[in-house]
Parts: sequence; structure tokens; C-alpha cells
Amino acid sequence: MNKITRRQALGTTAGALSALGIAGATAHAAAADSRASIPTGTVDEVYQGRRIQITPATTGGGHHGGHHGGGHDGLPTVRIDGRELHVMRNADGTWISVVNHYETFADPTSLARAAVRELQGAVLAPFAPMGGTA
Amino acid sequence: MTVRKNQAALTPEEKRAFTNALLELKRTGAYDRFVTTHNGFIMSDTDSGDRVGHRSPSFLPWHRRFLLEFEAALQKVDPTVSLPYWDWTADRTSRSSLWAADFLGGTGRARDGQVMDGPFAYATGKFNVNVRVDGRAYLRRALGEGVAELPTKAEVEAVLAMPVYDMAPWNSSSNGFRNNLEGWRGANLHNRVHVWVGGQMGTGVSPNDPVFWMHHAYVDKLWAEWQARNPKSAYLPAAGTVNVVDLHDTMRPWNDVTPADMLDHRKFYTFDTEPVPAASASQR
Ligand SMILES: [Cu+2]
Ligand SMILES: [Cu+2]
Repeated sequence: MNKITRRQALGTTAGALSALGIAGATAHAAAADSRASIPTGTVDEVYQGRRIQITPATTGGGHHGGHHGGGHDGLPTVRIDGRELHVMRNADGTWISVVNHYETFADPTSLARAAVRELQGAVLAPFAPMGGTA
Repeated sequence: MTVRKNQAALTPEEKRAFTNALLELKRTGAYDRFVTTHNGFIMSDTDSGDRVGHRSPSFLPWHRRFLLEFEAALQKVDPTVSLPYWDWTADRTSRSSLWAADFLGGTGRARDGQVMDGPFAYATGKFNVNVRVDGRAYLRRALGEGVAELPTKAEVEAVLAMPVYDMAPWNSSSNGFRNNLEGWRGANLHNRVHVWVGGQMGTGVSPNDPVFWMHHAYVDKLWAEWQARNPKSAYLPAAGTVNVVDLHDTMRPWNDVTPADMLDHRKFYTFDTEPVPAASASQR
């Protein structure tokens, strides 16, 4: 992983995403990012070769509302190479994700970067808020 | 009556019986259903919404019931097996016999965290990680990397001395025994052990690592020790609490079991550190 340049890693991952037929999600994110005024809290960065996109919480409807069930409203959407990372906010304002579930982070950006380090190049699994509990 | 033993005291035969039963549950698909259930609760338990398995008073009775169900599944495979517990205050390094090739296998290799030895190594083809948060199908660990030190005996003693089970707001910001044991507050006991093991143990699909069961069997034992030391302290809250499982509320996903049903572990098993109850001794 360390020998791959950021551009190469990003290109490879984008290709893999297209092959999986989820290029739409990436395109959606790119369109959102091109708006004239970027909302506070929006992040679009490349960290260790992975694209991190964070869009602030929206109220009802839209892409975010379509993904989440009750109880998750008011959370930002965090994506790594276009795949959504399940995140939660703790009562004290700290953050955890499904990748780093048992340690807290001060903000969504450090949470997303920790997920990138933990993933070691692996791709996030499709987002499944309820985990298919039967 | 099931007796749960310290993993460090198991004979080679007992270790083999336990790991073989785990592999059999993996083969039938039963193992992965437990992982799926756990991750479902990990992702839906929230501080401001409904919470059952984690960050709430029912963290301890929920995991006790979850372990009982898993132990029953193991015993269907091999009736001699019980869940061992891992006392991480005592066996606190990656050189512990727990991590030897004849038991759980060791830490992951540097390149990708993959566990390379023991019965759960990916190359055996018998323990693929199927319920996962990312593309990696192999068991991973990074012992002592996410955090250097496991909780100490002194840190455990301080938490066991806390007289109140749990407190409002009954979530990850609460004071009291439960949350100090769960680890969102204070010295951080249970959560820290997940992070110390690393790999899948640090994620929502933590039961993918068989050490999950031994870690939680010890957390469960600490609850029993706290009860013994604080006989006047009750499970809280008692009734009428929004989003939280009160003493006599049922817990998802079973919907037929309450925290009250789970308070006395001796209905189900004893620990090797306890005297055998007279009733079950006479039944033998
Ligand atoms: Cu759990
Ligand atoms: Cu746990």
C-alpha cells in the first residue's frame, strides 16, 4: 500500500467501484461537492490514498434520509472511496464508526482517517444499518 | 450444570474440544448468525434512541443471554464444552498461552493483520470471515497495537467497588458500575480489551474473533463478582424509563427474557472459582 501513489490508489479504487455498479454514488457526491457554497463541515480529501467525503447532516429526505432508519437522523454522511461508513455520535459529542467501534474520536474527520488506517486498503462493505438482524 | 473455567487452566483436550466446536458452528453457518445479530445491535443501539445490547443498563444481561445462547449451540455440538473466560488482568501479553497455535492462534502479520497460525487461520479454509464491514475475509488481530496495556487488577477492583449499578442518562455518558465496566467512562475496561486485540475485535462484527466469547465471559464474571460484593445494589433502572430496558422489560431480539431473568448466573452455570451449588452437586 505504501508504494502505491495516491493517484494510482484512487484510480484503482474508482475502477473497482465502477465494476461494482456503484459509480452513481460517487457521481452524486461529486455533484454535491461542486455546489457554489460548500456547507460547514464538508470534507473532501485524499488521505493515505483513500478519498474521504463528509457531508453534514441533512434534515429529512435526500440521499442521507434514504439510507438511514429512525434514530440516526442528524448525522453526517461519511464516505470512503464512495462507500458509506456507518458512524454514530456519542452523548458526550465524540464519534465512533462500525470500523472503530470501541474507541472514540473527537470529530468525523479523525474518525474517517482512523477507518482508512484500519482498512489498510480494503473496501468498505455495502452499508447495512440493521445488519440483517433476523 | 455448566462450569465456566479460566482459559489458562484448560487441558490440551479441553482446548481442542472448544476450538473444534467453534469450527463446527462456523461450518453450519450458526456462528455467523451470532455475528450478524451482534452487529445489528451495535449499529442500532444509540445514546439518544432505543438501546439494548450496548451503552445501556442491559449491556450486561443482554450479553449474558447472548453468551448463553452461543454456549448452548456449542454444547449441541459437544456437551462437554463450556465457555472459557479470559482474565485479561492476569494473562495480559501476546505471549500468553491463549494466543498459542494450539488454541486461538496469535497476532496478525504486519502486512495485513492476518492471523497466520492456529485453528482459525484463513489458510485452513475453515474459518472465513463472512459477516464483515469490509472486503477482508480473513481473521485479523493486532495485539497491543491499538492500545498498549490491558486493564489492570487495580483498575478492575476500583470498578467493582462502585456501589450503584447504573445512572441516568443510562447511556455512554453515565456514571456507575455498568458504564465503567463497559468502558465509555473511567479507566475503560471492556472497550479497551476490544481495542487491544484489534482486527475484527475492534469493529461491530467483533464476535468473528473467537476471543470475543472468552472476553465477554470474563466481563460476565465481573458482573457476578460485583453482585457478590454489593449485595444491596440492584439492577437499575427499575421501571418507566424511555428507550432503556428496565428490570422487568423484555430484551430484543428474544422478547421473552428480562434483565431480572438474567440476574442470577447460577441458574445456568457456575464459575470454576465458585463452590458447586448443593442442588446441582446432589443431581450429579
Ligand atoms: Cu456486544
Ligand atoms: Cu464487547
